[in-house]
Amino acid sequence: MSTTTQPTTTVGKAATFVESRVGASVLVREFGRKIFPAHWSFMLGEVALYSFVIVVLSGTFLTFFFHPAMGELHYEGPWVPLRGVEISEAYNSTLAISFEVRGGLFIRQMHHWGALLFVAALSIHMLRVFFTGAFRRPRELNWVVGVLLVMMGMAAGFTGYSLPDDLLSGNGLRIIDGILKSLPLVGTYISFFLFGGEFPGIDIVSRLYTLHIMIVPALLIALIGVHLVFVVVHKHTQYPGAGNTEKNVVGEPVMPTFAAKGGGFFFLIFGLLSFISALFTINPIWNYGPYDPSPVSAGTQPDWYIGWADGFLRIVPGWLEFYIAGWPISLNINSAVIIMGGVFGAMFIYPFFESWLLKDKREHHILDRPRNNPTRTAIGVAGIVFYCNMWAAASGDIVAVFFQMSLNDMIYIFRALFFLGPILAYFITKRMCLGLQRKDREIALHGRETAQIIRLPHGEFLERHEALPPHKLWKLTAFESPIYTPAEPNAEGKITGLEKFRARLSRFFFEDRVAPVSKHELEASHHEHDSAEGGGHKEIGY
Amino acid sequence: MTSKEHSGGGSQLEELNGFTNPGLVEHVPRLSDGDPKADRVAERQVAAWFIASMIGTIWFIVSYFLFVPGESMSSIRLHNTSVGLGAALAMFSLGAGAVLWAKNLMSDHEGIDERHDISGSEEDQAVALEILHQAKEESGIARRPLLRNTLIAALAIAPLPAVLVFRDLGPLPGDMMFHTLWDKGVRLIRDPGGIPSADSERPIKAEDVTIGSAYHVLPSGIGADDGPDRPINEKAKAAVLLMRINPNELKEDPARKDWSHDGIVAYSKICTHVGCPVALYEHQTHHLLCPCHQSTFDVTEHCKVIFGPAKRPLPQLPITVDSEGYLVAQSDFAEPVGPTFWEINHP
Repeated sequence: MSTTTQPTTTVGKAATFVESRVGASVLVREFGRKIFPAHWSFMLGEVALYSFVIVVLSGTFLTFFFHPAMGELHYEGPWVPLRGVEISEAYNSTLAISFEVRGGLFIRQMHHWGALLFVAALSIHMLRVFFTGAFRRPRELNWVVGVLLVMMGMAAGFTGYSLPDDLLSGNGLRIIDGILKSLPLVGTYISFFLFGGEFPGIDIVSRLYTLHIMIVPALLIALIGVHLVFVVVHKHTQYPGAGNTEKNVVGEPVMPTFAAKGGGFFFLIFGLLSFISALFTINPIWNYGPYDPSPVSAGTQPDWYIGWADGFLRIVPGWLEFYIAGWPISLNINSAVIIMGGVFGAMFIYPFFESWLLKDKREHHILDRPRNNPTRTAIGVAGIVFYCNMWAAASGDIVAVFFQMSLNDMIYIFRALFFLGPILAYFITKRMCLGLQRKDREIALHGRETAQIIRLPHGEFLERHEALPPHKLWKLTAFESPIYTPAEPNAEGKITGLEKFRARLSRFFFEDRVAPVSKHELEASHHEHDSAEGGGHKEIGY
Repeated sequence: MTSKEHSGGGSQLEELNGFTNPGLVEHVPRLSDGDPKADRVAERQVAAWFIASMIGTIWFIVSYFLFVPGESMSSIRLHNTSVGLGAALAMFSLGAGAVLWAKNLMSDHEGIDERHDISGSEEDQAVALEILHQAKEESGIARRPLLRNTLIAALAIAPLPAVLVFRDLGPLPGDMMFHTLWDKGVRLIRDPGGIPSADSERPIKAEDVTIGSAYHVLPSGIGADDGPDRPINEKAKAAVLLMRINPNELKEDPARKDWSHDGIVAYSKICTHVGCPVALYEHQTHHLLCPCHQSTFDVTEHCKVIFGPAKRPLPQLPITVDSEGYLVAQSDFAEPVGPTFWEINHP
């Protein structure tokens, strides 16, 4: 670096030392004033990132005390109810972390609560991205990375859940063993290789530990890195609004404002998780006892993000298992794998599907308001209903007890809603979006209701409407509404079968639409008012 | 920056549906922007949060030494709550201070970045292509198909050993799934939780099993010194539920009539769905309910599935009594216990 000015202060000397060895000025120049748009919904991804950092920090602490081994010993610790009971080293060390390591229970609870928050924030962030169309070109690949992150988040959670070797986690593993064994042809082998022989064996905890503290977090960190690099490359999306265009990003600079807010937000999340971990018990393994294949507690629940898969396992009827010459096809169990694969598969392809359906290959940096893309919003809500129905089914027994209903009736309801729920949700949401769009149209065309009633000279009463300020009018009118595009011939002049299919889907999805107000319409509407209302019109703003 | 600068900002305003983007709304200054008193208040507020954070940290350190967890649950709770709230105060206040500093005291003028094409410039692309082309030429990868193809083949099979070395993750299933510890003459003992040692076994006399009662049962010898290496693996297959029902309520298959003893029946406790213990016995209806996924089995009809996701009935353990009146197995289960697996009908 050039040494035109000799630094005199300590900070200046340190900066010169770093600069002449790292060349950090390039980075500061490039990123120091990079603009990030501010909106509460853009913080959801930050919540996920920060809770991940907290989970890594707390998890690292736990590794110093946890023994991932299944050798048996007799418990001799302070927890009286288990004294003398034969338990595994993993369970013993988890009890020691909880009761003997100072701050251990706090950090263990923070690790668990943080993991729950991590997956929750990932999921809600993903919904935000979906409903605002932030996955569109050029961000399709980052959406794919995001789906992988959700999958890895679930994997991290599940492998961790199984480590303490308590009764609940053992039963969770037993269910996994059953799911693996049901796989055609290879199931028994996969189960024997995973567990090192027959269930439960003595290997599973140490194997899951390797996955949980090395492989899955390494993948998560790599994917998060890619995810963030993409955010920098693409620059952030922004909501439609006055001054926001497809060619700019309006917001606050990284240094100092965004950095201060983001860094502060990290500590807010840290504080929140500390508060929860100080006051709310999670996974009290000392109450469950060590894993034993014979007992089980009624009303057991998996961690929330596994619930949808567990719920699906509960509502599938047993007759879906059948035999071909004695070889079983256990669709009553395999279908859970198929459903999970289908849900993630649908998420992977959605950006490409939507671009194909709309014949829209353009870049989009301005987000959609969810109502302005009724079809996508309806598909998303149908997906949420599909998911939540399965999720609720995982608590079907508890719900049935709470409402004093027959458990069997509950499951029949979940089965019916499995098919009907998403369909109803689709049509209801679409109609709601179209209704909201019509409301927006009304407001854009006729202005805001002022609640001022005016009596005209000939006795008629009118409510005064006030014209919208330009930035509000822009927000209500500046969007593109997806439209039915009929089948078009390709370069050879032929309309392919696929194109016909696309056109049919396009008609189904986009035939019903509310067109955005155009300037022309707005002017025509004003003109109409002018001519229709005669004398009093001058006082009536639009 | 003045608001006039951002409304232009050098960026292209857009037209949509005939409307023109009106540009950024005029900047509204905050209370603390003009008023030195409000500015001072905001500054003190931030500092107060930072001081609160220091108090939280000290609180954590003090309670770490002051409230040491002992044997009682209340001492553990006190320790956890105390250090936890200290950490919560330290962290939350630090965050609150930083966010308030940013919101109330740092400039809140909007900045604008221009977006640029994500693809490189045409020149960049041309140079990149040229480099790739040069690399192709210099390596000769296109001119030497022999090298290219043998390289691809070598790379394709090179990972095979990396897959193969995982072979010893576990033994092959063999016939392990088809056998349990149950055998002719093995006594039924109570399941005390865990694995009972040979001298703590409590075998069950038929006369002790009253109508309506249910026992959690293991095979005798499961915890014996010369017993299985991994008793827990055996328990995962051999756990049994024993119930006595009024014999005229039992609808028994003639072929299995002698598998029960005077209304006493024994069924595998391992669910045929995904293997949870079917632990809930409803005395009135004689139904067994799996608490995991609610498969329901009817004990009076050989535990056939009457509801839920399981397909196969729970396997029945044929039992009888020995000369001393203790319940014993007649043999192993006639079929594999637990979840369905591919080879289930092809031992």
